[in-house]
Amino acid sequence: MTQLSIALEQINDSLRIAVAGEMVTQSLEAVEKGFRAIHPDADHIVFDLSGLGSLDTGGAWLICDLARRASAAGATVTYENVSATQSALLETVAQNIATEIPAEAPPRGFVPWLESLGRRTVGAGRDTASMLGFLGLTLHRLARTLVMPWRLRRAALVSQMEETGFKALPIVALMGFLIGVVLAFQGATQLKQFGAEIFVVELISISVLRELGVLLTAIIVAGRSGSAFTASIGSMKVQEEIDAMQTLGLDPIEVLVVPRVLALLIMLPILGFVADMAGLFGGALMSWIDLGVSPGMFVTRLKENTDVWHLAVGLIKAPFFAVVIAVIACWQAMQVKGSSQSVGQRTTSSVVQAIFMVIAIDALFSIFFSEVGV
Amino acid sequence: MDGAIQQQDTKAEAQREAVIRVRHLRNQFGPQVVHDDLNLDVWRGEVLGIVGGSGTGKSVLLRTIVGLNKPAAGSIEVLGVDVLNGPDADRRRIEKRWGVAFQDGALFSSLTVLQNVMAPLREHTGLSESLMRALGSLKISLVGLPQLSCGKFPSELSGGMRKRAALARALALDPEIVFLDEPTAGLDPIGAAAYDDLIGELQQALGLTVFMVTHDLDSLYAICDRVAVLAEKRVLVEGPIDEMTKVDHPWVQEYFTGPRARAAQQKGHDR
Repeated sequence: MTQLSIALEQINDSLRIAVAGEMVTQSLEAVEKGFRAIHPDADHIVFDLSGLGSLDTGGAWLICDLARRASAAGATVTYENVSATQSALLETVAQNIATEIPAEAPPRGFVPWLESLGRRTVGAGRDTASMLGFLGLTLHRLARTLVMPWRLRRAALVSQMEETGFKALPIVALMGFLIGVVLAFQGATQLKQFGAEIFVVELISISVLRELGVLLTAIIVAGRSGSAFTASIGSMKVQEEIDAMQTLGLDPIEVLVVPRVLALLIMLPILGFVADMAGLFGGALMSWIDLGVSPGMFVTRLKENTDVWHLAVGLIKAPFFAVVIAVIACWQAMQVKGSSQSVGQRTTSSVVQAIFMVIAIDALFSIFFSEVGV
Repeated sequence: MDGAIQQQDTKAEAQREAVIRVRHLRNQFGPQVVHDDLNLDVWRGEVLGIVGGSGTGKSVLLRTIVGLNKPAAGSIEVLGVDVLNGPDADRRRIEKRWGVAFQDGALFSSLTVLQNVMAPLREHTGLSESLMRALGSLKISLVGLPQLSCGKFPSELSGGMRKRAALARALALDPEIVFLDEPTAGLDPIGAAAYDDLIGELQQALGLTVFMVTHDLDSLYAICDRVAVLAEKRVLVEGPIDEMTKVDHPWVQEYFTGPRARAAQQKGHDR
């Protein structure tokens, strides 16, 4: 393969451009600058292609581009020693050469920034309205399912319960156990200073039962099941499966959303309870090892000083978390448009929003419970 | 007499160069054997149509040749390189010399059409940004898409436009071989005929070798130089389409002499 090269020769008022070598896209790098540097200021431009090995559209583009610039400058362009196929290719490319390639870089500056800020603000408002609408729709379908239980997709419900609840048991239990261990360990170091080691029982039981058990379970479920909901329903949206359902007279909310919401409604309190128990177990174990609080003493003190209300206050929040996680995940899935990239973006926002909302609602509950005094 | 014909044949064979050579290919998924002892040659500069009933492994054959599916046995040579067992460097060199247009386009959904077409250029050449854009836009124009579609995302295009954009991406590096998987499926008859013409024109202008999986009888009659019929887990027959009607096999007979085939044949001759 001969090296691609160009040679220029100025004879009177005509410029002779001799091209030699393989003029193909992958070797154009060598002559690109050379071609661009030619200023066709002669009256006649002659392309001599006698040394040309092969030519493809990329090479033809460079020649045609130069020819076009020359014609625009008022020169006449002729080709010499060009084969029939090469001339056909040059003609095809010349016909398709674009004078102006549309710019695709987005405009920058203060005004476009302001515009996009405005768009995002209005969009956020619309999103909130749309999500609340979706929440209402879902609650309506849930209520209808309660009145007409035969409409419930039992197989979907059970499989979702297994997926979101049963399979999450090990991770949730492990997390609860570790939280108990950490609390006991940290509490012990502080309480030892006052000789008040025995209060570690209250520290563990109240913080795990009231707050941490259910809250952290909800966060795990939001990451685990919320993302799964968005990704699976979102992919169905991309594949037009949701549209297909609608044309078949199936209600996507009833078929897809209700089983998921219901599954989380049932399973999240159970998971929260498991996390609570694992937390107490971890705390008791650590208190025994580190502080010498025997399991018997732990249980006695737990019974005496920790009201069962603490457990109830924690678990009451679970169904609310469940609805928030499932509705946000399903709503985000319904917002998926067109591409698979959109599925990824929506899955991310689904998890972030769900976790944020879970924490926000938890804070509201804290205020509420302290006001009513339980 | 027989010897003379054979000699002539071998002479003709020697003149044409096989760009793809598939030998004793065996593909199976679990217990299901798709191909068994399949042999196929694709000659330089021809348009080869692969036909066969649903499930005869047309797409699997295409995927196997371009290396997306590892066969159970057999050898595949593309442009003289063993793509199955050859060194990786050779394989990568070959990949720049073919282009593949998938059935639904398989365009990168996060990139615009122009960026899609530029992607192979960006990956495999050291050209300047402006030249890559120019070549990308040239390819888009060559496949008959308006320049306006350069900045659009694949999800904003119709099915037919996506197919064209996929062809533009497949042509980005000016490959010697183009693989097309059902290029005209799902297009309206006018669009399909225009696409056929386009492939024919590009094939002439760029000297392409086209390996085309298709069901479209119109395409077969309009642009294919040869047809290979997949049946019974192998290439049952191959040859010019006019000879297909003489093949004594029930499926081939039904396929090439049915009412739709006769209409397509008529149209093909009218061109």
